[in-house]
Amino acid sequence: MPETITMEVWRYRPEHESEPTWDAYDVPLRKEWAVLDGLNHIKDQLDGTLSYRWSCRMGICGSCGMTVNGEPKLSCSTFLTDYAPGPVRVEPMRNFPVIRDLVVEMGDFMAKLPAVKPWLVSDDEPDEDTEYLQTPVEMDDYKRYSMCINCMLCYSACPVYALDPDFIGPAAIALAQRYNLDSRDAGAEDRRDVLASAEGVWACTFVGECSVVCPKDVDPAGAIQRYKLTAASKAVKDLLLPRGAR
Amino acid sequence: MPAWHNVVIIGGGGAGLRAAIAVAEANPKLTVAIVSKVYPMRSHTVSAEGGAAAVAGDDDTFDEHAYDTVSGSDWLCDQDAVEAFVVEARKELLRLEHWGCPWSREQDGRIAVRAFGGMKKKRTWFAADKTGFHLLHTLFQTALSYTGSGRRGGSGIVRYDEWFVTKLLVHDGRVRGVVAVELATGRVETIVADAVIVCTGGCGRVFPFTTNANIKTGDGMALAYQAGAPLKDMEFVQYHPTGLPFTGILITEAARAEGGRLLNKDGYRYLQDYDLGTPTDEPVLRSMELGPRDRLSQAFVHEMAKGRTAETEAGHVVHLDLRHLGEKLIDERLPFVRELCASYQNIDPVHELVPVRPVVHYMMGGIHTDINGATPLTGLYAAGEVACVSINGANRLGSNSLPELLVFGARAGKAVADFVATVPGAATAPVIAQGRDEENRLRRELSDHQHSDGERIADIRTEMQETMEAGAGIYRDEASLTKALDELAELKTRFARASMDDASRTFNTELIAMLELSGMLDVASCIVASGLRRKESRGAHQRTDYPDRNDERYLAHSVIRRKPDGDWRVEYLPVSITRWPPGERVYGR
Repeated sequence: MPETITMEVWRYRPEHESEPTWDAYDVPLRKEWAVLDGLNHIKDQLDGTLSYRWSCRMGICGSCGMTVNGEPKLSCSTFLTDYAPGPVRVEPMRNFPVIRDLVVEMGDFMAKLPAVKPWLVSDDEPDEDTEYLQTPVEMDDYKRYSMCINCMLCYSACPVYALDPDFIGPAAIALAQRYNLDSRDAGAEDRRDVLASAEGVWACTFVGECSVVCPKDVDPAGAIQRYKLTAASKAVKDLLLPRGAR
Repeated sequence: MPAWHNVVIIGGGGAGLRAAIAVAEANPKLTVAIVSKVYPMRSHTVSAEGGAAAVAGDDDTFDEHAYDTVSGSDWLCDQDAVEAFVVEARKELLRLEHWGCPWSREQDGRIAVRAFGGMKKKRTWFAADKTGFHLLHTLFQTALSYTGSGRRGGSGIVRYDEWFVTKLLVHDGRVRGVVAVELATGRVETIVADAVIVCTGGCGRVFPFTTNANIKTGDGMALAYQAGAPLKDMEFVQYHPTGLPFTGILITEAARAEGGRLLNKDGYRYLQDYDLGTPTDEPVLRSMELGPRDRLSQAFVHEMAKGRTAETEAGHVVHLDLRHLGEKLIDERLPFVRELCASYQNIDPVHELVPVRPVVHYMMGGIHTDINGATPLTGLYAAGEVACVSINGANRLGSNSLPELLVFGARAGKAVADFVATVPGAATAPVIAQGRDEENRLRRELSDHQHSDGERIADIRTEMQETMEAGAGIYRDEASLTKALDELAELKTRFARASMDDASRTFNTELIAMLELSGMLDVASCIVASGLRRKESRGAHQRTDYPDRNDERYLAHSVIRRKPDGDWRVEYLPVSITRWPPGERVYGR
């Protein structure tokens, strides 16, 4: 194994340059090092001006999504040795405005989140000393969709979001489904207008890239397809049945 | 006009979100702002794995949870706080359930509980081994419903995402707001408030080897200390016995609760040599691998001294053996452990031993508060790991920290809602003037660092971390602590001249690192100074020169305060003892 690897890092400093540039850095190639460790080495030892987000370094906080050699990745769980002998090209996530260097603007997602009402809607909450009963089988219905860490890799991979920024997007729809499919929840109706709108599930052309890149196996594409079926059968029922029988 | 909110909460993790909801529930007319240096769902609560303790089954009682907590704390906790905590912990975990938290279940649909270290009954609620992740996201998503357009309405919880607080504004002896920098733009803003709740979590990053996320830099402890509020029991730093050797990533105690065993390099269950019980095939509560964290981490040090630990590139380790648990149980109960071992250690715990060693994990100490989160500084409250109520005393039990941040986050929120209803209005002009002074100070400091040819921020940080490990690790003594204190003083001098590469206003993370390090040097000094004064061994504070517990002199909380000249003063406060007089900590017999 060579002792170092070159990291080519996408740089953009809006106060100093109008166009992005690339900077190359040689970092130690150690078998334990994630791409993030390489970036930390650059930041601490070589160039303090490099900006990126990171926190937990264990794949659960969702901060450090980036584009590594063209693919959306969590930089803390993507390892340098997998790219030896290099170079490793690190870019910001695609489909987002860039604030600086590897830091993207994610306000759009944060604004969309409340629109899908990602909280439990219930009209008959149990009293304060009792839990809702929910069997492991019932939990399995939604569990997968509850594992989303909001890392934004699915938005970065989504060709629909690239063209239509109003698309609610994979993670937000999966989260809506996480609640829709929870046996304790009665909010599916409240979420329907947004999910079944033109910017909701129907915008998705089922490319499925979101599920491919998801680091937590959430399968947002599956969540979207499943909701399309729900929405379609509801629409048919609305059309065919008198109100009371729906 | 500066920004104004009734309540400013610093930190958007579990405690901060819970506090915000409590304020909104107590009085929907109040405006609450969460000011956090990261988006709330990035907060370190997300990394908690094993579970949250609260009485669940018919075979358990509040008194037993309280006794386990008190004895686990080596009698340094406040028993009135613990008695309230155990009752409210159950209510809080049920509320989380009502908000949608996917607690793991029994076949019949009831909430499941697992064993945990130092607990005599199974009372740890869990969501597989991603309990903190689910708890944080449930709280964050629920908090979203407390907005103008949300289901629960009200004036709502507003957020300052990715804003770093640099100073608490104090006027006439009252906290009146904060100054914060917006990371994206570099804009400095004064935010006026009737009250401030600090919920910024712990400070593991003052040490070199920690489970803590990069953001755990003790910011809130430093802010409070610099504003004149006292820090309590800072010498008590918890080492978790099982971290992965290279990264320090946590392998949850739940792995041992499910039956995992700790082996030395000869495959021997060495804990039996350290008064923790005798090995059995099935895990026994409050025994062996289910002993408390302080005792297990100390046992590792002795085992290493005997030459019975294995040596690796990343230092000495022992082994956690999960192989006998089987793939099905590991995938169902410990999937994250398997995922972490695969990603970061390149091993599969189904078939291989997991190398582990003790790692800095949690601060028992923190901002001194009463049972409602109030600090002695009027208008300032704190909750969660950043605070010290104290229910943890000299050693926290695993799975008590998640219910703690809920119980005391909620209590602080309610107390603040009451406080702001009664507090008289006051002129904002002096507060705004202070804010301007702080903005000028920041400009000056930034400019000084940018034009300095001193050392790199990262180098000083690394040296501070090494100083802390060498001087204030699992075992300390007068000489090691004194040396650490001297080195920290020297590091402060060098820090004042440290250089920065980055002069940008846009998302300048080097600036944040500089501000964090400034606070960490204060927090580190408080840990060492408090440790130097406590001439006894209790829980996580082990002095080789004073190996025994000394209840006569030190059954008391240490309280460290900054003096106006920048020096500090350590004093002691009595411990509240209601029903459990100090006794021997007995595990495994």
